[in-house]
Amino acid sequence: MTALLFTIIVCATGMLAGFLGALTGLGGGVVLVPALALLFHVDIKYAIGASLVCVIATSSGAAAAYVKEGYSNIRIGMLLEIATTLGAILGAFLATRVSTHAIAIVFGLVLLHAAYQSLFGKKQDAAALVESDALAAKLRLAADYPVGEQRQAYGVRNVPAGFSLMFGAGTLSGLLGIGSGAVKVIAMDRAMRIPFKVSTTTSNFMIGVTAAASAGVYLGRGYIDPRLSMPVVLGVLGGAFLGSKVLVKAPVRALRVTFGVIILLLAIEMIFNGAVGKV
Amino acid sequence: MTDERLEIFIGNLLRVGVLVSAVVVAAGGALYLAQHGRELVNYQAFRSELPELRNLPGIFMSAFHLRSDGIIQLGLVLLIATPVARVALAVVGFYLEGDRLYVVVSLIVLAILAYSLMHAA
Repeated sequence: MTALLFTIIVCATGMLAGFLGALTGLGGGVVLVPALALLFHVDIKYAIGASLVCVIATSSGAAAAYVKEGYSNIRIGMLLEIATTLGAILGAFLATRVSTHAIAIVFGLVLLHAAYQSLFGKKQDAAALVESDALAAKLRLAADYPVGEQRQAYGVRNVPAGFSLMFGAGTLSGLLGIGSGAVKVIAMDRAMRIPFKVSTTTSNFMIGVTAAASAGVYLGRGYIDPRLSMPVVLGVLGGAFLGSKVLVKAPVRALRVTFGVIILLLAIEMIFNGAVGKV
Repeated sequence: MTDERLEIFIGNLLRVGVLVSAVVVAAGGALYLAQHGRELVNYQAFRSELPELRNLPGIFMSAFHLRSDGIIQLGLVLLIATPVARVALAVVGFYLEGDRLYVVVSLIVLAILAYSLMHAA
C-alpha cells in the first residue's frame, strides 16, 4: 500500500472513530485500536500511540462544542481528574510490570457487565431530580443542564465511590493508551447518579486531561508515529465535530443502546485479544 | 467572572488549540505526502521512533528544519498541550471567581500533570 492510499483510508477510519467516540463519551481510541490492528495490521504499539493522540483530539475537539451547550460539569470534571491523572501515572508505571493480556481480559469482563447494564439493566428515570448527599453538597457539585428549552437541576451522590472508579479508569488509560471513557461514564452515571448526557460530556471533557498525563510517557517511548498519527488526528477531529452535533439532538435511550452495543463489541475484542496474547 | 463565562472561555481555548494543532499537523502531512506519498508503507514491525522525534528539543529542531515528520510531531505536541492549558486556565478562572476550594483542586491536577510530563522527558 502506498503512503497516500494508507493515509486516506486511515483518515476515514479516524473519522468513524471520532464520530462514535464523541457520540458516546468513549473517546474513540477503543474503536481505533482494534481497527488499526485488525484491519490494517498495524503493530499494536503504533496503534496505542495513535489511539492516545486520537483520544486527546476527540476530547478537546468535542469539548468546545459541549461546553457551549452547557452539558459538562467543570467542577465534577476537575475534582475527578485528581483521581484519573494519579491513576494514569500508576497505569504507565504498571505497564512496564504487569501482563497486559491479563489486564485486557479483566477490563473486557468489566465492560461486558457494563454493556449488559446499558442494554438490559433497569432504566433509571433520567428526569428524576436527585438531592445531593452531604459530601457532594460540601463540594458544590450540583448544577443544571438544558432539557429542551428549560434547565434541569440535578444533584450528585457517592463521591468516594465515583472517585475510586475514576482512579481505576485512569489506571486503565495509562496502561492501555485508551481514554477509558466507558468506566468514566459508569462512575458518573451509575455511581454518582449524574444525568447521562452530563456524564458523557463531562467524561469526554476529562479524557483529554487523563490522556495527557500518560502522553508524555508514550512520546518518550517512541509509540507516537507522526506518519500514522497525522491521518488519524485529522480524521478524528472531523468525526468528533459531527458526533457533537448529533449528541445535542439524540434521545437518551438511543444513546444508551448505542453505548451498550459499542462496549459489548469492545468487551469481546478485549477478551479475545487478551486470551490470544495480541493485546 | 461567572461559571458559564469561564466554561465558554475554556471551551474557546480548547477549540483554538485544536485548530492550531490541526493546521500544523495538516501542513506537515501535506509536505510528507508530497515528498513520500508514492512510497510503500509497512507498520507491522515495530521499530521505536527516531530519537529526535521522542523529546521536545529534537521535535522543535526537526520542525525548524522543515522536516515533514518533525512538523507533524510538533502539531501532536501542541495537541497534547491543550488539556494541560485548560487545567492551567481553570486555576486562573476559579481564582477570579474567588473559589478557593477549586483553585486548590485545579492546582493539584496541574501538579500531577507537570510531574508526569517532566518524568517522561
